[in-house]
Amino acid sequence: MSSVKVTDLTKDYLIRDGLRRRRMRAVNKVSFELTPGRTVALVGESGSGKSTIAKLLTRLERPTSGTIDVLTDDGARVAGSAYRREVQMVFQDPFASLNPFHSVAHHIARPLRLHKRTQDAASTRSEVLAMLERVNLTPAEEMAERRPHELSGGQRQRVAIARALAPGAQVLIADEPVSMLDVSIRLGVLNLLGRLQRESRLAVLYITHDLATARHFSDDILVLHHGRVVERGPADAVILDPHHDYTKLLALSAPDPNRLGGVVRSTAPDRDAIDDSVCYDHHLGDWVPSGTQEVAA
Amino acid sequence: MARQPVLSVRDLTVIYETEQPVTAVRQASLELGRGEILGLAGESGCGKTTLAYAINRLHQPPARIAGGSVIFHDREGEDIDLLALKDEGLRQFRWSQLSMVFQGAMNSLNPVRTIGYQLDDTLKVHDGSLSRAQRKERAAEVLTRVGVDPVRLRSYPHELSGGMRQRVMIAMAMLLQPQIMIMDEPTTALDVVVQREILREILRLRDELDFAVIFITHDLPLLLEIADRIAVMYQGEIVELGTAQQVHQQAQHPYTRKLLGSFPSLTGSRSDFVRHGSAQERSA
Amino acid sequence: MTTSTPTDPPRPTGASVADSTLIAQESPAAPTAITGPGGPIAGPPPTPPPTPAAVPPAQPRRRGWRSLLPTMTPWLALGLTLVGLITLFGLIGPFLVGDPDTIRDIGLAGPTGENILGTTQTGQDVFSQLAFATRGSLQIGLIVGVLATVLSAFFGIYGAYLGGFADEAFSLLSNVFLVIPGLPLVIVISGFVPPESRGLWTIALVLALTSWAASARVLRAQTLSVRQRDYVSASQLSGERPWRVIVVEILPNLLPVLASQFVYAVIAAILGEAGLSFLGLGASNSSTLGTMLFYAQNGFALPLGAWWWFVPPGLIIALFGMGLSLINFSIDEIIDPRLKNARNARRLARTRKES
Ligand SMILES: Nc1ncnc2c1ncn2[C@@H]1O[C@H](COP(=O)(O)OP(=O)(O)OP(=O)(O)O)[C@@H](O)[C@H]1O
Ligand SMILES: Nc1ncnc2c1ncn2[C@@H]1O[C@H](COP(=O)(O)OP(=O)(O)OP(=O)(O)O)[C@@H](O)[C@H]1O
Ligand SMILES: [Mg+2]
Ligand SMILES: [Mg+2]
Repeated sequence: MSSVKVTDLTKDYLIRDGLRRRRMRAVNKVSFELTPGRTVALVGESGSGKSTIAKLLTRLERPTSGTIDVLTDDGARVAGSAYRREVQMVFQDPFASLNPFHSVAHHIARPLRLHKRTQDAASTRSEVLAMLERVNLTPAEEMAERRPHELSGGQRQRVAIARALAPGAQVLIADEPVSMLDVSIRLGVLNLLGRLQRESRLAVLYITHDLATARHFSDDILVLHHGRVVERGPADAVILDPHHDYTKLLALSAPDPNRLGGVVRSTAPDRDAIDDSVCYDHHLGDWVPSGTQEVAA
Repeated sequence: MARQPVLSVRDLTVIYETEQPVTAVRQASLELGRGEILGLAGESGCGKTTLAYAINRLHQPPARIAGGSVIFHDREGEDIDLLALKDEGLRQFRWSQLSMVFQGAMNSLNPVRTIGYQLDDTLKVHDGSLSRAQRKERAAEVLTRVGVDPVRLRSYPHELSGGMRQRVMIAMAMLLQPQIMIMDEPTTALDVVVQREILREILRLRDELDFAVIFITHDLPLLLEIADRIAVMYQGEIVELGTAQQVHQQAQHPYTRKLLGSFPSLTGSRSDFVRHGSAQERSA
Repeated sequence: MTTSTPTDPPRPTGASVADSTLIAQESPAAPTAITGPGGPIAGPPPTPPPTPAAVPPAQPRRRGWRSLLPTMTPWLALGLTLVGLITLFGLIGPFLVGDPDTIRDIGLAGPTGENILGTTQTGQDVFSQLAFATRGSLQIGLIVGVLATVLSAFFGIYGAYLGGFADEAFSLLSNVFLVIPGLPLVIVISGFVPPESRGLWTIALVLALTSWAASARVLRAQTLSVRQRDYVSASQLSGERPWRVIVVEILPNLLPVLASQFVYAVIAAILGEAGLSFLGLGASNSSTLGTMLFYAQNGFALPLGAWWWFVPPGLIIALFGMGLSLINFSIDEIIDPRLKNARNARRLARTRKES
């Protein structure tokens, strides 16, 4: 069982502007905690830094400042290759996240061997099959031998989830795991994630831009805007009783089958007037400052 | 309101000539009016992309158009039979008259070129009359329209977020101000706010330039809001075609009703949703 | 409801969209001779000898490594046969023929029963010379092919994988090598190295150094696009070591490109070496098709009408180059599966029409 404590996470990118390079703050002093058995949803605008946070958590990028600590039950910090075992990720594009060259079995067997979860070929094989059954890819024997192009999008995401869990991950980052899937498949994959999370008491960070699934599949929601957290709190509170202008806009914009020809045509709320520098915290029931004030993204 | 048609598709049939031939599109007929937004909905694998490719004649073997016709009606009242166009005519026609946002387009930008270069290149190929500065200005303009800072012209694709790349692809389709735009799941990586801004932009351009859009998605609620008419596809056939209102209120085909029922409501009860979903976990 | 997903759908880039179908229409047409599904060929393309027999029972899916092999077409078969026969000749020939250096007094005699390709000015047997020269040329081709491929893979793939400064330095280097005019440089270097130390390896090294850069650039672009795929990130974050990520996750997707670059490098090396030797700048103490031509030229074979002296080496170079090119076209089909699909579709349509 591990939890993650993220404190004041900040990431700057350099972008070319004319001949100079200028700093762009993609993530601005973000703090949160992931605890076993709970799902935190990270919602926010495109380009607001959600994937950057995922990359920082999985150590694909280095933070500019701030800390990420993965702590075991007894409070020890996880480091080195154990970190790689502990924190795993499911990617957005099911068509790009599996290597077209390798079989399904390869994708799951590698992390098993790498983290010495299994010792020999036979036990690896049986573990691979067990993993496939866990993610409902049956008949496992046959699925194991398939290559990615022989699977549907939903099936691919299941393989990706199995691969992430194979090293024995306790922390799962899911970066828009269903946004490229058909609606009819989405719920299936999300429910699978929910079940696995309950079974193994995973700590899950669910990144999405879909408020409905964020509300229904997570315990807490963080709303990100321009790299800053602008609203945080229990899922229902954030969605049903939004305080920050951006969250309100987000909730208002969600497509609603009962609202024909509605919002798109109506005038947009003024987005430029949105104030990023404050964050409404539903746990505290009050506004708190958010991000550093000097750099505006 | 009767619109003048800009594209007529009649009984289009597309077959994948594989070991066991698959009829991916069966006798599809639809008419697209000038300035109309036509939504095309349906589950994964029902043939939406195949239909879009065939209309554009972008289909690759093993796909083969087995029958039907696709006629483009020019502003000048001339009819062009797309299926009869020869290579050069087709090349001229594509992108300048009919552009397309490809599904999964966000991963199809060239990784070794900047965004600016790729936009510029498309302009250069299709409109030789523009000067370098004009091209640059135009590229910056379309980028602004989709809400991406023109500073990003100098960025490489991997430096943009997924949603930004998707918007760049939409910008690329708008670049030449075509008369028809086919958008294949163009907003999968976008949040609702940006999605709406883009849709609003499309609607605005539509009013301004009178172009028509075929909008492909499996997000029916979204279509109900933006589309004038909606076509629902099921296993290669168009099973329902009507105004958004009709489809929403009096859907004829059981599949359409099922599709309409499978959307979680944001404010609805939570347990409903999850129970509804667990039945589907296995079937996905 | 089954949701089947096709093979990764073609994802044309914006700029090239308009032209993508045109490409598909330009693949070489398959003559009607072949009807049934062609079997996979044995062994990776550039390696001899051709054994197009042993077709396993028709398999529903071509998996893993096997899917990398090109489909057998008459052109590929011809290419493999040419390359195979010439390689066989180069490998076994030298053991069967007599000493090529034996000087006889029948100078410049035409083909006879004893000397099937006649003799040179000094009475040496052209056929034995040809066998040894073919071996020499193949040796050069192979060495340079391997060296150039390794160099381009290192600078192209490794640089692109590391990214950042290494990538920029490596691409600068390959760009520099790219703009250096190859043959003149080779001539200068070869002229500079004194003949006594100008061995086979020196020449091979020089040729390799001047020919890797173009492929490195191709490989770099390919690597950059593969490297960005999520599966590469996934394997990095499961803790794989960099070399394993490159070898296991990236390289297989580049194999067809590598193979094609290798084949190309072999052709270029054999031709380049022939050119050098013809100018008298080739490897001393070794005999290749180029040196043969050099001596033929020096011995006034052309004005004297001794065609048997210069036609055979020229022909072997030409046929070998042609064979390798044919193989390369087939490899191109794997790199761009659209070419292959186009051909299969045409074939299917045709058989359906006939029946
Ligand atoms: N390697 C990079 N170099 C420069 N800028 C980058 C890089 N990666 C991301 N960025 C920038 O950081 C910002 C945040 O990007 P990020 O991918 O985290 O967004 P996101 O919230 O995941 O958006 P989306 O919903 O569109 O995926 C964007 O402005 C993006 O352009
Ligand atoms: N290259 C191909 N070869 C063989 N069959 C194919 C090929 N491409 C698509 N198909 C089949 O054609 C049918 C329609 O596919 P298409 O891609 O048009 O579906 P779609 O409606 O766009 O689905 P999605 O929502 O997943 O994009 C599917 O059953 C698919 O398996
Ligand atoms: Mg993202
Ligand atoms: Mg599609």
